[in-house]
Amino acid sequence: MPEQLVFAMEVTLNGLMAGVLYALVALGFVLIYKASGIFNYAQGVLALFAAMTLVGIMQGQVPFSHLINAVFGGHVTHFGWNVPGVVAIALTVAVMVLLAWLVQVLVMKHLVGQEPIILFMATIGLAYFLEGVADLMWGSEIKTLDVGLPQGINLWIDETTFNIFGYGFFIDNLDIVATVIAALLVAGLVAFSQYTKQGRAMRAVADDHQAALSVGISLNFIWVLVWSVAGFVALVAGIVWGTKSGVQFSLSLIALKALPVLMLGGFTSIPGAIVGGLIIGVGEKLFEFAVGPLVGGATENWFAYVLALLFLVFRPQGLFGEKIIERV
Amino acid sequence: MLDNSESYVTEDGRTIGGVVMEMKNITLRFGGVVAIKDISFDIREGEIRAIIGPNGAGKSSMLNVISGFYVPQEGEVLFHGKKRPPMRPYEVARQGIARTFQNIALFEGMSVLDNVMTGRLNYMKTGLFSQALWKGKAEAEETENREVVEKIIDFLEIQHIRKTPVARLPYGLKKRVELARALAAEPKLLLLDEPMAGMNVEEKEDMSRFILDVNDEFGTTIALIEHDMGVVMDLSDRVVVMDYGKKIGDGTPDEVRNNQDVIDAYLGVSHD
Ligand SMILES: Nc1ncnc2c1ncn2[C@@H]1O[C@H](COP(=O)(O)OP(=O)(O)OP(=O)(O)O)[C@@H](O)[C@H]1O
Ligand SMILES: [Mg+2]
Repeated sequence: MPEQLVFAMEVTLNGLMAGVLYALVALGFVLIYKASGIFNYAQGVLALFAAMTLVGIMQGQVPFSHLINAVFGGHVTHFGWNVPGVVAIALTVAVMVLLAWLVQVLVMKHLVGQEPIILFMATIGLAYFLEGVADLMWGSEIKTLDVGLPQGINLWIDETTFNIFGYGFFIDNLDIVATVIAALLVAGLVAFSQYTKQGRAMRAVADDHQAALSVGISLNFIWVLVWSVAGFVALVAGIVWGTKSGVQFSLSLIALKALPVLMLGGFTSIPGAIVGGLIIGVGEKLFEFAVGPLVGGATENWFAYVLALLFLVFRPQGLFGEKIIERV
Repeated sequence: MLDNSESYVTEDGRTIGGVVMEMKNITLRFGGVVAIKDISFDIREGEIRAIIGPNGAGKSSMLNVISGFYVPQEGEVLFHGKKRPPMRPYEVARQGIARTFQNIALFEGMSVLDNVMTGRLNYMKTGLFSQALWKGKAEAEETENREVVEKIIDFLEIQHIRKTPVARLPYGLKKRVELARALAAEPKLLLLDEPMAGMNVEEKEDMSRFILDVNDEFGTTIALIEHDMGVVMDLSDRVVVMDYGKKIGDGTPDEVRNNQDVIDAYLGVSHD
């Protein structure tokens, strides 16, 4: 097999796995957008907040310790215990649910029926607010996150591919685990929305608010649920990304990568988010591999956005998004 | 005049019970527009109650007040004799009041079957976690709900489109699916906003028959808005007539037909 083709295969595999992560973040957007028409600018910060909370709980940090110490003059920063990863994840999920409820009750509930742009502005405000709260709660220094996910080159793949192609693929264990987790998460979400009472109600609300009300569904409850699920998805993205590159502000910028995914996949389609994520992941890696050297590299910075722009021009509803028809 | 709790038997042998829903001095304003002006009327158990009136008379607004979509500025709603506190529409629905909409509100992205199934959501008791833990119980519940839904689908003769996405249906069938979804909730009170609007003669006859059968077989109390006078006279036990937000007539179809105010309103006699 020609060497270039083998390299391209490795690049594609790595691209697929990067794409899964993009898809994960995009999924959080789609869930909220479908159910409430809100474009949640804060989705990335949600992932940052979740990851910081997880690290904080694991390390037994006292939340708001800087604030408490500044006001009362103490120097307590840690409880002096460490919380095992699984327990800390469960606690973080609880925190994300509480956060979802607060967002709904304190902010979104009062904006029902407002223009989409106003809802969007509210989520921008929420993003900055949450970012501040996260820093205040857990401190703004860069943290490492280790919940026990495997990392480093997968030797089995390395050896196997070496035996077949005479060239060992470099595939990170963390990427493999992330792919499996994302697949499970998507399967779980699909099962949830198809087979449970709450999932059905969620789909109903996503489809038509009036009709949902008329069959006895509480929109408020569903919105809390949707924000909780989005918070959970953000936590998963935060764990994977945080393990990979540390928990710091830049983690919230993964949301920017989700934007082109949404343009491709459509804002209302869960399969769209997944396929869109994969296309962008593979596309940007292959493009960098094939064209990068010719133009001096760093194409990954802009490839996704240019692709999204093309979609905006030629297929604004995305690959799977519902056709945009004005309803009268 | 009948007492609120007294019942009587109609000419066609149906028993009409006491008052289930009473509207007392309802006034509803939208800014400067008075959509409903100090209206009182009641709905008796097992009857078909029509609300009629010219365009913009406030009929839909009245239905929206009953179903909790609009909150009146003045007046009281009594359900089973008890004053109803202000309620969200979903709370009203959970009390056994189902409705359809003048402009049809279906879940366009779902199949007919899924649409009708949403009418059963409040009968699904098992929560998220027990659903995951006790699969058997959840399945038994699902089967039970499916049976009710299939019965209603048969009843309304929409078996042939069970799996069709609602968005692809013609208007007349959509109205029927919306009725099916409302019936799936096995409501005590069914509110229909112009169930026959935009239908051809044949479809109207079908719909009339379904409404009568629902009332007859399930004993469902029905309040409906309709423009076609022939249909109203045939279907209803009693009629409320509205015009410019005011009640101008209330009684049996015959009484209403001979009421001078009603005749004037429908002939367009100028208001002074
Ligand atoms: N949500 C609303 N906001 C503002 N005005 C409203 C609203 N709903 C109804 N109205 C006004 O209230 C009045 C009564 O409207 P309503 O829809 O109840 O009439 P209707 O009798 O159902 O008429 P139609 O036969 O055309 O359906 C109208 O003047 C209408 O413009
Ligand atoms: Mg109307």
